Amino acid sequence: MERMPKWADVILTPLISLVLAFALSALLILAIGESPAEALKVVVQGALGSSYGWGFTLYYATNFIFTGLAVAVAYHAGLFNIGGEGQAAMGGLGVALVVLALPWPHWALALPAAAVGAALMGALWALVPAWLQARRGSHVVITTIMFNFIAAALLNYVLVNLLRPVGSMDPASASFPAATHLPKLSEMALALGVEWGRNTPANISFFVAVAACLLVWLLIWHTRRGYEIRAFGKSATAVRYAGISALRITVLAMLVSGALAGLMAVNNVMGEAERLVLNAVEGAGFIGIAVALMGRNHPLGVLLAALLFGFLYQGGGELALWTSIPRELIVVIQALVILFTGALDNMVRMPLERLFMALRRKGA
Amino acid sequence: MFLMKTLRAGACLALLPAMALADPALIFDLGGKFDKSFNEAAYNGAERWKAETGGTYKELEMQSEAQREQALRRLAQAGANPIVMTGFAFGEVLGKIAPDYPDTKFVIIDMVVEQPNVQSVVFTEEQGSYLAGVAAALASKSGTVGFIGGMDIPLIHKFECGYAQGFKATRPDGQLIINYTGTTPAAWNDPVKGGELLKAQVSQGADVVYAAAGGTGIGVLQAAADAGVLSIGVDSNQNHLHPGKVLTSMVKGVDNSVYDAFKAGAEVEPGVKVMDLASGGVSLAMDDNNKPLISGEIAGAIDAAAKAIQAGEITVHDYMADNSCPVR
Repeated sequence: MERMPKWADVILTPLISLVLAFALSALLILAIGESPAEALKVVVQGALGSSYGWGFTLYYATNFIFTGLAVAVAYHAGLFNIGGEGQAAMGGLGVALVVLALPWPHWALALPAAAVGAALMGALWALVPAWLQARRGSHVVITTIMFNFIAAALLNYVLVNLLRPVGSMDPASASFPAATHLPKLSEMALALGVEWGRNTPANISFFVAVAACLLVWLLIWHTRRGYEIRAFGKSATAVRYAGISALRITVLAMLVSGALAGLMAVNNVMGEAERLVLNAVEGAGFIGIAVALMGRNHPLGVLLAALLFGFLYQGGGELALWTSIPRELIVVIQALVILFTGALDNMVRMPLERLFMALRRKGA
Repeated sequence: MFLMKTLRAGACLALLPAMALADPALIFDLGGKFDKSFNEAAYNGAERWKAETGGTYKELEMQSEAQREQALRRLAQAGANPIVMTGFAFGEVLGKIAPDYPDTKFVIIDMVVEQPNVQSVVFTEEQGSYLAGVAAALASKSGTVGFIGGMDIPLIHKFECGYAQGFKATRPDGQLIINYTGTTPAAWNDPVKGGELLKAQVSQGADVVYAAAGGTGIGVLQAAADAGVLSIGVDSNQNHLHPGKVLTSMVKGVDNSVYDAFKAGAEVEPGVKVMDLASGGVSLAMDDNNKPLISGEIAGAIDAAAKAIQAGEITVHDYMADNSCPVR
C-alpha cells in the first residue's frame, strides 16, 4: 500500500519544503535589515514578470535539465555521479573543438555534430570513473569529484595554451563563426511575429533538453537496458545472479549520464557564450544533483525542478544586481532551498506520511 | 503583448528607482567588490569620486557569466554614463553590445576593446612587478624569493614574469619559487590555500614572497607575517594589513582610472589608455607601515630601476606579447 497519494508525494512535499526554505530566507533578509516582501517581488518579477526574465529562466533551466537528467540516470543504477561539473566542462571542449574545426555552413548541421562532440567528451569523462568503480571498486563519488578538478586543470591548459587567440588576455577560445550561432528563442518568436524576450540567451537547446527528457524516460522505463539499469540500482547482487554483467551496466549508465552532462554545453557554450570560456559551467553540475533529488529522478520531475531552479537562479541574480542584498546572501538562500528540498526531504515527508496514514485510518 | 510590454517597462522602472539620468555606473567582476585587491581598488576610486563631488553612482556585482550582457544592457538602457567595468572577462561582451549604445561611453579595465565609444585602460603590470622583484632581491637574506599567483591565467604570468626579471637582474644567482593557487576562479578567493603555499615556499627557503592572487593574497600575507618572512601585496596598497611585515605593495592605479572616468563623465576619451610607471599607473607603495623595511639601498635601487624603465634603458618584457618569459 502506498503511504500517501501520488500528488502529495510529488507536489505537496517539495512545495512545503520550498515554503520552509523561503520562510527561513525571509528571516535572514529581515535580519540584515531588508524587506523580504520587496525581495520576493524582485525575484518573482525578475524571473517570471516579463518575457525578458523568462528568457533567462529558461536558459538556466536548460542547463539544469541536462545535469539533472545526468544525475538521475546514474542514480537509477545506484551510482551517485557528482562529476557533472567536469563532464559538462569537457562537453564544452567537445563543442568548441567541433565548431572550430570545420567551416560549418549552417547551424542546423553544426548543432547535431556539436551535440555529438559534447556527448562524447562528457561520456569519455565518465568512462574512467565507471570502469574504476566496476573493476576496482573505487567509489564513483570519490572519482567523479576528482575528475572535476582534472577537467578544470585540463580545460585551463587547453584554453590558455592551445585555443586562446594570441595576444588575448582572456583564457577563452576564439568566438564561434556566425554561421554556427544557434537561433535564440527570441528570434524564433520574432519569426512567428511575436516579440518575446529580446536579448535573452534562451535558445533552441531548450527543445533539445526537452527531447532528452523524453529519451531518458524511454530508455529507463521502456527498454531492456533501462530495466537492467533499474534492477542493478535496486540490487546489484540479484542482477549479477541473473547473469547481467555489472561492468556493462555500470559503464553504460555512467556513459549515458556523462553524455547528458556533456550535452549541457550545447546550451551554455554554443547557445549563449558562442565561445568556450573557462568558467562556463558555473556550478550547474552540482545544481543538477539537487534538481534530480527534487525531481525524484523522473524526467518530468527533473524538468519541473530545473524550471524551479532556473527561476531561483535568475531571480537570485536579479536580487544581486538590483538590490543592496549582498550576493553572498543569495547563495545562502539558494543553499537553503537545496538543503530543504534535497537533504532535509524526510523532515517534511515523514510527518506528511503519518498524517495521510492517520487520515486514511479515520476514513476506513 | 501590450500586457507583456507594460510589465517589462514596469519592472525596469521598479528595479532602478534611484537612478538619475547620466549617473556613472561601476560593474565588478565575479571576484566581488570586497576582495581587498583589484575590485576593491575600483570601488575605492568610485567612493573617492562620490565623496568629492557628492554625486551618486550605480554599482553591480556579477553572479554568473550570462549576466554580463544583461547588466551592461540594462545600465545602458537606464541611461548610466559612463559605464565602467573591471576585468578582461567583459571584453567580448562589450565588443558586441557597445555599437548598440553609441551615445553611452564605456570604460573597460585590463582589456582592449576597439569601439568608438570605449575607453580601454591597460596597466603595465610587468614594470611594477619588476620593481617588486628588485625590492625582493635586496630585502632577501637567503637569496630565495617566492611568487604566489592566483588563477593560472596569462594576466598573472605577466606579473610573475616582470617580478622574475627584476629579481634576476638584481640577483642573477638567486632562486625563485613559483606557485599558482589553482585553475578555477575559486583560486582568487582561497586564503587558506594561499597560506599553505606560503608555508611550503618558506620551507624551501623563501623569505620574501610576492602574492598576485586577489583575495587569496590575504592568506599569503597573513601566513608570511606569522612565519616571520616578508610579503609583497598587490593591486591595492596592502602595507597596512600587517605593518612592518609587508615589504611593499605593487599598486595598480585602478582606483585612479575609475575616479578619472567618473570625473570625466560622458566626456570620457575613447581609445586605449596605457597606465605605466611614467603616468603613475603602477607603482610600489611606500608609507609609514613599511618605512622600517625599506633601507636606503633598497629605495635607491628601486628609484634607479624606475628611472631606467621610464627612460627606456631597461625594457621589461611583457609576457602577453609572446606568451613566454625570458627568465625563470
